[in-house]
Amino acid sequence: MEQKHNIKKINLICAKGAIEDVYATLILGNGAVMEGIETNIFFTFFGLDAIIKSRMDKLHTAVVGNPALRLPGGLRMPTLLGVIPGMESFTSWMMMGEMAKLDIPPVSEFLELIDAGGGKIYACKLAMDMFKLKKEDLWENVIDILTVGEFYERAGGEDSHIIFT
Amino acid sequence: MAQKTYAGVTVDVNEEGYFINPSQWTKEIAVEIAKEEGITLTEQHFAIMEFLRNKVQKGEPLSIRSINHSGVIDVKTFYQLFPGAPLKKATKIAGVPKPASCI
Repeated sequence: MEQKHNIKKINLICAKGAIEDVYATLILGNGAVMEGIETNIFFTFFGLDAIIKSRMDKLHTAVVGNPALRLPGGLRMPTLLGVIPGMESFTSWMMMGEMAKLDIPPVSEFLELIDAGGGKIYACKLAMDMFKLKKEDLWENVIDILTVGEFYERAGGEDSHIIFT
Repeated sequence: MAQKTYAGVTVDVNEEGYFINPSQWTKEIAVEIAKEEGITLTEQHFAIMEFLRNKVQKGEPLSIRSINHSGVIDVKTFYQLFPGAPLKKATKIAGVPKPASCI
């Protein structure tokens, strides 16, 4: 009624585990669920950190090799500052604080919101094997551990889109 | 600005059908908008819509997360009450402007 041609299905792939990589995936995923779009999220490689129970709420952002990172006030963060012990934790803590002000939830709560709306969370089998991870290490609502082929099988359908964040 | 007539009352809406002036809203109107959306309203629907209307009145942004803190229902129930796009449907039926929120 309101739109002529809606997206029917979104399949997100998250392969990186920094705060901004994971949140880009979660915001896009939750946004899709909120629009009533069928949503699959596939976590692979370092992106798995977002669904590992002991790590999901302790993600960091890179303070070295991140040229877009700026200090409060807008000045570029010098790369050398990034090597000071504790700088990465401090910067990540600051970033999470700024997001919390915008009512952006921690990773575990964000995944719960997606799950409550029917979004499906998957882990990559190959990456699990590579990092020697077990099902017990994963967040309890992860639906399955999939091979690439199995992921593509689930990603099919009319007006379905795959997004690599 | 467009106008629509619900339950014999003419109200101001935007091009997508969202209310521009929440004070024009009544429960009778809500029942008719809900019918357009294929939803039969229950007490639970009205309770969460009241929460949304109060938040809008206070100028607080709406988000799916805030539903969990509403003390009325949890997010899972919210998705069941307003299937599809719950925040959009609920705000439309509750007679408040379309939420400008990404979360």
